[in-house]
Amino acid sequence: MSIMDYANPSRFLALSGRLLPWLTGLTVLFLAAGLYMSFFTAPADYQQGQTVRIMFIHVPSAWIAMACYTLIAMSALGTLVWRHPLADVSAKAAAPIGAAFTFLALVTGSIWGKPMWGAWWVWDARLTSVLVLFFLYLGLVALWQSFDEPARAGRSAAILALVGFVNVPIIKFSVDWWNTLHQPASVMRLDGPAIHYTILLPLLTMAIAYTLLFLTLHMAAMRNEILRRRVRSLMQQRADAAQNIAADAGQGGVGQNVGQPTEQEA
Amino acid sequence: MSSFSALLKRDLRLAMRQGGGAGMAIGFFLIVVSMVPLGVGPDLNLLARVAPGLLWAALLLAALLTLDRIFQADYEDGSLDAIVMGSMPLELAAAAKSLAHWITTGVPLALSAPLMGIILNLEPRAIGPLALTMLVGTPAISFIGAIGAALTLVLRRGGLLTAVLVMPLYVPVLIFGVSAVKAAVSGPVPFEAPFLILAALSLASVVLSPLAAAAALRAALH
Repeated sequence: MSIMDYANPSRFLALSGRLLPWLTGLTVLFLAAGLYMSFFTAPADYQQGQTVRIMFIHVPSAWIAMACYTLIAMSALGTLVWRHPLADVSAKAAAPIGAAFTFLALVTGSIWGKPMWGAWWVWDARLTSVLVLFFLYLGLVALWQSFDEPARAGRSAAILALVGFVNVPIIKFSVDWWNTLHQPASVMRLDGPAIHYTILLPLLTMAIAYTLLFLTLHMAAMRNEILRRRVRSLMQQRADAAQNIAADAGQGGVGQNVGQPTEQEA
Repeated sequence: MSSFSALLKRDLRLAMRQGGGAGMAIGFFLIVVSMVPLGVGPDLNLLARVAPGLLWAALLLAALLTLDRIFQADYEDGSLDAIVMGSMPLELAAAAKSLAHWITTGVPLALSAPLMGIILNLEPRAIGPLALTMLVGTPAISFIGAIGAALTLVLRRGGLLTAVLVMPLYVPVLIFGVSAVKAAVSGPVPFEAPFLILAALSLASVVLSPLAAAAALRAALH
C-alpha cells in the first residue's frame, strides 16, 4: 500500500526531492570515511602488499552489481504483475548504473589480477560469470534504447530482465563447472577463514558507502527519467497542436516542418 | 493440439517451399568453420584440440542468424496477428514455431556438424558424441532464441540486437555441449554428466521459454 501511494510520479518527485540532499550528504560522508580508512588506516596485507586496498573498491562494486540486477528483476515483476508506473522507471534507471558498477568490478579485478596472477585477465569462474552479467546489463540497456516509445519498451525489457534473472544462477553454475574442468585450482582465493577487523571495518564502511551511492544515483536517475518523459509528452502535445493548426490553416506544405520530433499517431 | 500440429505443419511447409533457410545456415556454418584454420594456422593437432569448441561456437552463430525467421515473416504479412487473436494459447503457438525452427534449422545444422568436424581434423570417436550433443542441445537454442526474436520483433535492425540479448543466455548450453564432447574423447568426467545436464537445459527451455516468448509477443503487438 505504501508503495502504491508513491505510484504517483509527482508524489515520488516531491519525496525524492526532499530525500536526495540527505542521501547525497550521507554518501559523501561514508565515502570519505571509507576511502580514508581503506588508504590510510587499513594495514597492507602480508601477502598481497598494498594491492589489497583495491579490494575495498572492488568487492563493494561486485556486491552492488549483483544487488542492482536483483532490484531490476523486482522492478520487472512490478511492471509485469502490478503495472506499477514507477517500476518501469526504476528498472530503466538502474540498468546503466548496474552496468557501470559491474564494469568497475571487472576493471578493478583486472588491475588487482595483474600483480597477483600475472595477467590482466584470467578465465576464472567468477570473472567469467561477472562478465556474462555485464553482457546481460548491456543487452537490457540496448533493448531500452532501441524502442522509440518508452512505455512499449518497459514490458519487453521487464520480460528480458526476468529471463536473465532466472538464467543468472544457471550461468554461474555452468561457468563454475567449466572452470573446474579447465583449470583446476590455479586461482588463489581471497576468502580466508576470517578477515581481520582492521580490514573488515573499512570494507563494511565502503559497502555502506557504495549502497548509499547507488541509492543516490538511482533516485536521481529515476527523477531524470520521469522528467524526461514529461518533456517528451509536452513536446508531443506541442507538435500535435502545431500540426492541428497547420491542418486548420488549410493547405499542406507548411505542416511538414512542424511535426519535427516524432510523428506518432497510435 | 490439432491447431498446434497444424501450425507446425504450416511452418515446416513454408520453410521447405521457400527454401534457402537451412541451406543458408549450413553454408554460413561451413564458411565460419573454414575461416578458423585460415586464422589460427593449418596445424592439425591444434585444430583437433579446439575443434569441439569451435564447432559449437560456429553452430551458435549460424543458428543466431536464422532466429528472426521464427516470427518475422508472420509479423510482416499479418498472420501473426491472426495467430495472436486465434483460440490457441499464444504460448502453444510460440512453442510450435520454436519447434518448427528447431526441425528446419537445429537438426540440419547438427547433422552437418560431423562434416565440418572432418575439415577441422576432429577425432573420429568424437564425431558421434558431437552430433548427439548438438541434436540434444539445439532445442535450447531454438526455444531460447524465440524469446529474443519475439522481443526484437517490432524493431528495425533487430537482428544484431537479438544476438546481443540471446548470446549470454546460450553460455550454459555452449559449456555443457563442449564439455560432453570433450568428456567423450578424453575428459576426466564421464560423458553422461554434462550430457544429461545439457538435456536438462534443453527440456527446461522447451517448457519455460514459450511462456516468455508469448509474453514478449503480447508486449510487442500490444
